[in-house]
Amino acid sequence: MYVAVKGGERAIENAHAWLAEERRGDTSVAELSVAQIREQLALGVNRVMAEGSLYDPDLAALAIKQARGDLIEAIFLIRAYRTTLPRFGATLPVETGKMACDRRISATFKDAPGGQVLGPTFDYTHRLLDFKLAAEGEVAEAPRAEPREEATPHITEFLQGEDIIQREPESEAVPGDLTRQPMSFPAGRDIRLQSLTRGDEGFILGMAYSTQRGYARNHAFVGELRIGTVAVELDVPELGFAIEIGEVELTECETVNQFKGSKTEPPQFTRGYGLVFGQTERKAIAMALVDRALRWRELGEDFLGAAAQDEEFVLSHSDNIQATGFLEHIKLPHYVDFQSELELVRKLRREAGEDEAREAAE
Amino acid sequence: MANDEKNTVADEARRGWMGLLSRAPEARLMELWQAYGPQPGFDWLRRPEVGAVMVRGRMGGTGAPFNLGEMTVTRCSLALADGTVGHAYVQGRGKTKAEVAALIDALMQTPAAAALRVAVLDPLAEAMAEAKRDRAAKSAATKVDFFTMVRGED
Amino acid sequence: MAVPAQAAFGGGFADPAIEAARAFRAAMNVMAKPGEIRTLDTAVPPAPLSAAAGTLLLTLCDPETGVYLAGPCDTAELRGWLAFHTGAPVVAAAEADFAVGTWDDLQPLDQFRIGEAEYPDRSATLIVEVAALQPEGAALRGPGIKDVAHLSLPDLTAFQGNAMLYPLGLDFFFTCGGQVAALPRSTQVAEG
Repeated sequence: MYVAVKGGERAIENAHAWLAEERRGDTSVAELSVAQIREQLALGVNRVMAEGSLYDPDLAALAIKQARGDLIEAIFLIRAYRTTLPRFGATLPVETGKMACDRRISATFKDAPGGQVLGPTFDYTHRLLDFKLAAEGEVAEAPRAEPREEATPHITEFLQGEDIIQREPESEAVPGDLTRQPMSFPAGRDIRLQSLTRGDEGFILGMAYSTQRGYARNHAFVGELRIGTVAVELDVPELGFAIEIGEVELTECETVNQFKGSKTEPPQFTRGYGLVFGQTERKAIAMALVDRALRWRELGEDFLGAAAQDEEFVLSHSDNIQATGFLEHIKLPHYVDFQSELELVRKLRREAGEDEAREAAE
Repeated sequence: MANDEKNTVADEARRGWMGLLSRAPEARLMELWQAYGPQPGFDWLRRPEVGAVMVRGRMGGTGAPFNLGEMTVTRCSLALADGTVGHAYVQGRGKTKAEVAALIDALMQTPAAAALRVAVLDPLAEAMAEAKRDRAAKSAATKVDFFTMVRGED
Repeated sequence: MAVPAQAAFGGGFADPAIEAARAFRAAMNVMAKPGEIRTLDTAVPPAPLSAAAGTLLLTLCDPETGVYLAGPCDTAELRGWLAFHTGAPVVAAAEADFAVGTWDDLQPLDQFRIGEAEYPDRSATLIVEVAALQPEGAALRGPGIKDVAHLSLPDLTAFQGNAMLYPLGLDFFFTCGGQVAALPRSTQVAEG
């Protein structure tokens, strides 16, 4: 039960003023600009865009500044802003096969056409703190080589040629949108993917890890991981044709999973899919693993009781804004609620005491 | 039929410059536009409006569509004094950029097109292609060259 | 699709935020108080649409609401106007969120969605263009009406049948020039 309580306005105002001062920190240290956050904390910006579900690096950087680096708070700010925007429409599906790849690797085929392109990765760093970064200094230019002109083909195409991997059914069906219609179960794969791509990175990572440790075991290979930019096209009704309205950076992960076959499907490789805004590699791989685990029903597999197979569990708990909203509300005033609990416990105590006294007297 | 084909060619050209303008870096576009010359007069049909579009992906890269998340877009429409209509849909929240893009879209349908292409669109396209090439070149430099170690004897 | 003439781009809200908010308030009020007639004339849609119907479409429609244009309403000019100002797709009657036309052109009513038990809101709202709109005729009773209200309706039995479907059913706006009134599914209709 909630009861409106007045008072505290001044305390709140003063708390906001102090928050602003703390946000700024020591004024003898230069203030951080939004452009600095956008350029130099780009992976934090990417996470806020992916989970805030709005691609706009400047806004995400601003949100990070306002939230003092608390990324879930920043995502909250972006989600709130998002709701104020009129929606002009939905784009044509992006063509990741035409991605201008910064990075593209495959753990399954060494000699894949297009090659193993590492991109700006942390993978082969030694994870030793680099104290040179503590001082400001010029960065050496990255080397250049002859750029690849043609598009880089998807790895799964090669397996498809041999018909040994499950095909993705072609369709132009209008996908469901969980920001417009309430979720219902069982959810289609369209809704599951939308939910996973905006879900909390930590949660999706934990779920994915659980499948690797044996809960709903599905041994996944990273068939392909690519990061780069794709054009975004929108059908503009007043023009009568589609135009490019910009480009977005995406991370795409396709997993190839061994599959011995089921009552309905022949032995073949099956697929999990991850596609996330920005350079968000861990999230995209995790998304692909969880996507695959959630597909047990359509592949005729058994439900093994694993959390990662349970779509109600995964989809209902993956959204960090929903979760934090419900979690954090319990710190807000519940005075009346608690008062009644207090009365109840006191009454029970009193009755228990009376019983004891009576027994002692008897 | 011939008319339809002509329309398609014209639409394709317009698709090209509208796409270029939407992706253009705002600062460079404004520089080139200001250098191009005097601003033509116009009437608003739709003032610049910031909104979002839902970006879609495909399952497995090639399958059925799903909703990936939204992206900010600014759009506007205007008419030149002679009635030519220009539209703009540009990524982000740049209202001035949208206005300039719509003006260029309108002017590209007038006899000013050739001059505008030389003064604004071509340099813009070249700068953007160069940036893209440079990124691809850095990516290419991180491509792994595998070599097989000699194993065993003979 | 041929790009419609510049007429398609005119006739919208000059100040969308303010004018759409005012129009929405009028639409909400007439729906909340069945029988009440209000002015709604900000938009200038292509013929044969009335100003009130045009203003409703601009206020209520967007790319996610399918619109059905009944009979002579379905013109290239109106399609172009709707596309530019709202982005709303023109759809078949069975998929429509909104439908607009004269009473005769909108028949039969059972071609429209009346909602589902779980989501009664997944139903169509009909914008009925009428020749006259007067606070007289059929007697309206129900939520939002003190005792009884009167409204010139194009039919009686159809609205009685619709009210029987409650909580499912259709909702109606009636438009005439720059005037609007409404009849939600919750209103009981009787001879006046």
